Amino acid sequence: MSFLRVNGLSARLKGAGHPILRGVSLSVAAGEVRGLVGESGAGKSMIGKAVLGILPKAVEVSGGEILLGGVDLLRLPPKERRARIGATCALIPQDPLTALNPSRRIAPQITDRLVDILGWDRGRALARAEELLAEVHIPDPARVLRAYPHELSGGMRQRILIASAFAAEPKLIVADEPTTALDVTVQKQVLKLIAEMQARHGTALLFVTHDLGVVSKVCDSLTVLYGGLVVEDTDVRSFFAGPAHAYSRALLAATPKYTDPQASLTPVPDAVIRDVQAEVAAADRRARHG
Amino acid sequence: MDELYRIEDLHLSLPDLNRKPILGPAPRIEILKGISFTLRRGEVLGIVGGSGSGKSTLGRAMVRLLEPTGGRVVFDGADITHLGEAGLRPLRRRFQMIFQDPMSSLNPRHRVGQIVAAPLRLHGVGDVPAKVAEALEHVGLPQHFAARYPHELSGGQRQRVGIARAIALRPDFILADEIVSGLDVSSQAQVLNLLERLVADLGLTLAFISHDLSVIRRLCSRVLVLHHGLVVEEAATDRLFADPQAAYTRELLDAIPLPDPDQVWT
Repeated sequence: MSFLRVNGLSARLKGAGHPILRGVSLSVAAGEVRGLVGESGAGKSMIGKAVLGILPKAVEVSGGEILLGGVDLLRLPPKERRARIGATCALIPQDPLTALNPSRRIAPQITDRLVDILGWDRGRALARAEELLAEVHIPDPARVLRAYPHELSGGMRQRILIASAFAAEPKLIVADEPTTALDVTVQKQVLKLIAEMQARHGTALLFVTHDLGVVSKVCDSLTVLYGGLVVEDTDVRSFFAGPAHAYSRALLAATPKYTDPQASLTPVPDAVIRDVQAEVAAADRRARHG
Repeated sequence: MDELYRIEDLHLSLPDLNRKPILGPAPRIEILKGISFTLRRGEVLGIVGGSGSGKSTLGRAMVRLLEPTGGRVVFDGADITHLGEAGLRPLRRRFQMIFQDPMSSLNPRHRVGQIVAAPLRLHGVGDVPAKVAEALEHVGLPQHFAARYPHELSGGQRQRVGIARAIALRPDFILADEIVSGLDVSSQAQVLNLLERLVADLGLTLAFISHDLSVIRRLCSRVLVLHHGLVVEEAATDRLFADPQAAYTRELLDAIPLPDPDQVWT
């Protein structure tokens, strides 16, 4: 059974009512990595944020369900919802610099959640933090725990955030474009590390990215979005063998592939955009009348 | 053999503010450690390297936003290594920059037309409206976009405005620093296609800085690979991809995740 199941999730801007997510359904099982793919504005990050209950203030959920371990988060009172998310989920954020508090040492930034949310005592939390830093291949973890974020490189900071995400043994991790701020060689190390940790801990992972190259390396399944609408939901093997949807095919053709310069970096054709926008409009009509 | 730039044994060090003591000067950190190459008129040169390799510093030294601490920068036969601001002023219209983040490099309170016109007015070029119209046409933006503000545009359109501003003065040299890394793949492809066309139509000379070798392949004829402030490889683009010589180039290539689940990625 899937740990996370999202059914017909819709979200919109408060006030104006502009749709952000249009009836999104997807699921992630324990040990599965699902990629959420799309261009900016496709709503891929919003799905992760809706699951974690951290949608921007201007956005509201307008329908559907988010089942976490079989319980619909949207029907829970806020306090219970937060407790449930806090105990079972974690986030690997995009920017390792802004996600860490620059004026605090690393140790409390990892242990706070263990102490405050899970009620561990400080000694045990600290021991766990040290163990985790070793697990993400950080040399001399004791020294790094005493360091401030500015003393560490971008790759090192992202390792710390990965360690921190796995600290409380979450059942689901949302990784929101965790490597876009890193250069290719560091990206590779970080992706391998996320895959290694995810496999070892059997975590369900929702991996938000705009890079189909990254999807082919870390994901088992993927959901392609356009304008908050799911246009394709498939497994990675079938997708790269030949995407079913014209928009997915165009997105794949736009992805850089240095081994095949002629067949890559082709802009998504206007006709494909027109067709997928027509699908979005049709979905809105169905939502209004259904 | 029409040489536009000659860079000879370029060194550049900057104060390392992370290690600055409370009193006294910060220790200096050497970013460029002796870089030499030439750039011919009409050439598109890729400058590649990881973060901290010195690629942006090299670019900024070329357009003299930074002053080198050693070696020479020769632009069109003139030594500009230590030229003062007054001496640089007439040269400034001959080199232009396109920046990585179009949102922070376009004034949010100015309309597109004003943004593109700014360098023309600054350098006292005549017939500004016609030149702005021409620049917008070159980058494929409709004329009525001149009345829009940057926040009304998509990321790809904003980057086109940045390009229009850079080409409006018809400079001899354009420095493009990671200009597609913040864009979606489709806009990335559009911007690369546009640059490719402009290079052909206007005969631009371009240095294209990127950490991603796969975008370099489409556009550049020659590539410099930088690592820790040194050139570890310089080669024609096709050669570089077919037969990379430096271990670091190999590493950069191998790290690129191709959209292919069968790629061996160890």
